[in-house]
Amino acid sequence: MAWLDTIIQGILLGGLYALFAAGLSLVFGIMRLVNLAHGDLIVLAAFLILVLASVLGLNPFIAALVAMPLMFAIGWALQFFLLNRTLGTDILPPLLVTFGLSIVIQNGLLEGFTADSRRISVGGLESASLAIGPINVGVMPLLTLASAIAVIVGLNQLFYRTSLGRAFRATSDDPVTAGLMGIRPKRIFATATGIAMVVVTIAALYLGTRANFDPTIGPARLIYAFEAVIIGGLGSLWGTLAGGIVIGIAQTFGAAINPEWQILAGHLAFLLVLLVRPRGLFPRAVD
Amino acid sequence: MTYVTIPHWKVETRTKASATFAIVAALLILLAFAAPLFASRSVLQDLFFILTMLVLAQNWNLLAGYAGLVSVGQQAFIGFGAYAMFALVILAGLDPLIAILLAGIASALLAIPTAFFLFRLQGAYFAIGSWVIAEVVRLALAQWKALGGGTGTSLPREATRDMPALKLVGGLFGVKSSEAGDILTYWLALLLAIATIGLVYRLLRSKQGLGLAAVRDNQEAARSVGVDARRMKTLVYLAAAFGTGLAGALIYVQKARISPDAAFSVVDWTAYVIFIVVIGGIGTIEGPIVGVIVFYILQTLLADYGSWYLLILGLIGIVIMLFAPRGLWGLFAERTGIQLFPVRRRLTGGPVPLAKKGGPHG
Amino acid sequence: MALLETRNLIARYGDFQALFGVDIALDQGETIAIIGANGAGKTTLMRSISGILVNQPGAVLFDGAEIGALPAPDIVARGIAMVPEGRKLFPSLSVEENLLIGRYGRAVDGHWSLDTVYELFPILRERRANPGTALSGGQQQMVAIGRALMSNPRVLLCDEISLGLAPVVIKDIYAAFPRIRAAGASIVMVEQDIGQALMVADRVYCMMEGRITLSGAPSDLTREKIHAAYFGVA
Repeated sequence: MAWLDTIIQGILLGGLYALFAAGLSLVFGIMRLVNLAHGDLIVLAAFLILVLASVLGLNPFIAALVAMPLMFAIGWALQFFLLNRTLGTDILPPLLVTFGLSIVIQNGLLEGFTADSRRISVGGLESASLAIGPINVGVMPLLTLASAIAVIVGLNQLFYRTSLGRAFRATSDDPVTAGLMGIRPKRIFATATGIAMVVVTIAALYLGTRANFDPTIGPARLIYAFEAVIIGGLGSLWGTLAGGIVIGIAQTFGAAINPEWQILAGHLAFLLVLLVRPRGLFPRAVD
Repeated sequence: MTYVTIPHWKVETRTKASATFAIVAALLILLAFAAPLFASRSVLQDLFFILTMLVLAQNWNLLAGYAGLVSVGQQAFIGFGAYAMFALVILAGLDPLIAILLAGIASALLAIPTAFFLFRLQGAYFAIGSWVIAEVVRLALAQWKALGGGTGTSLPREATRDMPALKLVGGLFGVKSSEAGDILTYWLALLLAIATIGLVYRLLRSKQGLGLAAVRDNQEAARSVGVDARRMKTLVYLAAAFGTGLAGALIYVQKARISPDAAFSVVDWTAYVIFIVVIGGIGTIEGPIVGVIVFYILQTLLADYGSWYLLILGLIGIVIMLFAPRGLWGLFAERTGIQLFPVRRRLTGGPVPLAKKGGPHG
Repeated sequence: MALLETRNLIARYGDFQALFGVDIALDQGETIAIIGANGAGKTTLMRSISGILVNQPGAVLFDGAEIGALPAPDIVARGIAMVPEGRKLFPSLSVEENLLIGRYGRAVDGHWSLDTVYELFPILRERRANPGTALSGGQQQMVAIGRALMSNPRVLLCDEISLGLAPVVIKDIYAAFPRIRAAGASIVMVEQDIGQALMVADRVYCMMEGRITLSGAPSDLTREKIHAAYFGVA
C-alpha cells in the first residue's frame, strides 16, 4: 500500500504548506498586498524560536508561544511604518520594496547566524509516530496538519464572527467608507500583518523542527505558499489548505518516482492547475 | 481680405540636450571600440560585466518600466540561453558566435509557452509566477546529464580557441587566444549594448512605443483607442526574452563554465538587475545607464563585505523606491528637464501666418 | 451657540476650488436642508464636515470644539455620523453586519440598537443575513441610514438619500425621519429633491458653485427666490 502511504505523507506535507500560505492569503485578502519577503519572514521567525529555545532554555513549543507576540509586533511595525507607504494603485512599489526587504532579511540573517544549517530540536517527538490503521504517521507532521486546520478555523472565526473581522472585511471593500465607521485603515492593515506574522511563527515552528533550515531558504517557502494560494483560489482559506495538500501530494508522488523530481513535480502540478483552472479550485474573492 | 493661415505642425522629440548628447555618445562609442588598444585585460573584463548588466537592465526595464510586467524570473532566460549555447557548442559542435545568436532565438521560443501560463496572472502573482517558471526551467535542465546535470560543465577550450573570429582578433592585436577571447567578448558586449539601447529607443519613438506607454498608464483607455494591450505585452515579453537570452549566452561564453545554480541565480540575474534599474530610474533609457554605473561603484567599494553588500543594496533600493520612485536619473531629470534619449513627443511649429490685410472687404 | 457650524469653509481638489467660504449652522434638535444643482459643492461640504476631507481646524466647529482638521474616524467618535452619497454599503458584510459596523467607532448606548433599527425598518429584519448589496436601492438606503444611527450620533449627515430611488420609495424613507428626530438627532440633509427637503427641514440653505446663495425657513422662501438661488438666473 505504498501509494496510500504516499498520499498520507502528501496530505501531511500539505498541512505545512497551508501554514506557509495562510498568512499570505490573509494579507492579500485584506489589502491586496503580496509580500515577497513572506518566506524570509518565516525563516526569521524560525531563527527567533531557535534563539529563544537555546538562550532561555525553553521547550520549542513554549519558545514559539513567546515568539508570537514578538513577531506580531514586528509585523505590525513593518506594515505601519514601511509597507503602508507602498499601498496605492501602482504595483511597482509594494513588489520592489518587499523584494528589497527579502534581500535585507536574508543577508541580515546571514550576517547574524552565518550560512550554517540549523535545526530546532524537539527531542523524541521528532521520530515519534502513531499507528493509524495500516499506516504509521509521524506525530510532528500530524501536529502540523492539525495546527494548519486549527489556524484556518481560527482565522475564519476571526473574520466572520468578530467585530475586528467585520472591520477587516469592510476595510478591504472600501477603506474610505470604513473610515466613516470609525475604522482606521492604516491600523487595520498593521493588525492584519501582525496576525499574519503570528501564523508565520506557527509555520516556522514546524518548518524548523521538521528539517534543517538556513537563511537562504525563504524564497522557496514563498513559492510554495504562493502556489497553494493560487491553486486554492484567492480569498478562500480552506481553498488554501486544499492548495497546500495538492502541492504536498504532487511532491510526495514525484519523490516516490525519483527523489530529484520532488520539487519539480510540485511546480508542474501548479502549472497544470493554472492551465485548466486559472482562478483556482475554490475562488471566492472578486478582484 | 484675409488670407488663410497654413498650419505647419510637426511632432518632434529632439531637444538641445539630446542633440549634444548624440555627438558625445558617438565619440564615446568610437572610444569604446578602440579600448582594447589601451585598456588592460582586467579593465576589459570589468567593462564586459558593466555592459552585459546594462543589457539585462535595459531588457528588464522594457518589461517592467514600459510594459508594466514585473518579472522576478528573467534568470530563466539567462540560464536557458546559456544552456542552449552550451548544448549547441558541445553537442552540435557549432561555432560559439552562431550558438549565441541561436540561443537568443531559443529563449524567445521558450517565452511563448511561458507567456501562455504567466499571462493568466496579474501583478504580484505574475511576478512570483515568473519565478516559478525560472525554477521549473532550472530543475528541468539540472536533469540533463549530458550537460553536467546538477553540477554543470565547462566549454571545451578548442571550441573557443578555434573560432575564426577569435583567430582574427588574435592576429589583429598579436595576442594569445585567451586575451583575444576577452577582446572579442568585450566587443560583442559593446555591440549588444548599443543595439539594445538603439532598438529600445526606436521602439519607444515608434507608434508601437506610444501604444505601449498608453497601455502602461491606463490599459482600459488604451484599449478604447484601439491599442491591443495583450498583443503589445506579449511582443515585449518575447523581445525581452530574446535580449536576455542573448546576453546570457554571451556571458557564459566568457565564463566558459556553467551550473544550474549559477546560471539561474536570482541574486546575480534578478536582484542586481532590479536594483540597477530602481536606483537608476525605472521607465527611462537613461536610468539603467546611471544605475549600472552606481552599481559598479558600490560593488567595487563593498565587494569584500559579503552579505553587508547585498544588505546595503537592498536598503538603498527600498529607500529609493519609497522616496525617489523615479530613481537617481528621475530626480535629475525632474530638476533640469533634460532628456538624453528624448521620447516625449512635442507639438512644434504652428500656423505660418501669411499676409493679412484688413477685413472681409479689404 | 450652534451645535454644528462651519466658518469660512474652503475646499480644493488640486487646482480646482470647490467651496468658497461656506458658513452654515445647525442648532440642537434642528433639521436643515442643503439644496443645489449638481456640482454646487453640497457633497464636498458633507465630506469636509465628516472628515473625509480635512481642513483648517477652525473651519468646522462641533459643540464649540474645532474639528476641521480631524480625520473621519475621530469625527465619528465625537458623534457625527454620515449616510454617504450612493449608500456605500460593504458588499462583504451582511445586512446585520453592515448595521453592526456602524458601532465600531462609537459604541455609545442610546435609543438606537439593532432592535430599534429593525423596528424602524422592519423589512431589514427579514433580510438581515443577506449580503448588503443584494437588496433593492430603497432597502440599501434604509441599511445605510440604520448603520449611521447605530452609533447614536448627535448629528446625522444625509447625503442625497433620495438619489436613484422611485418616488414611493422616497416617501417611505422620509416617513421614518420624524422618529429619528424624536430620538434626538440633529440632521443635515443634502437633497436634490427640493420638495422633500422643504417638507422636512426647519431651515434651508441653497448652494451654487461653491457658495451659499440663499438661506431661510421654508415658509419664507418663495418659488422665485429658490429658482434664482438654485440656477443663478433672475
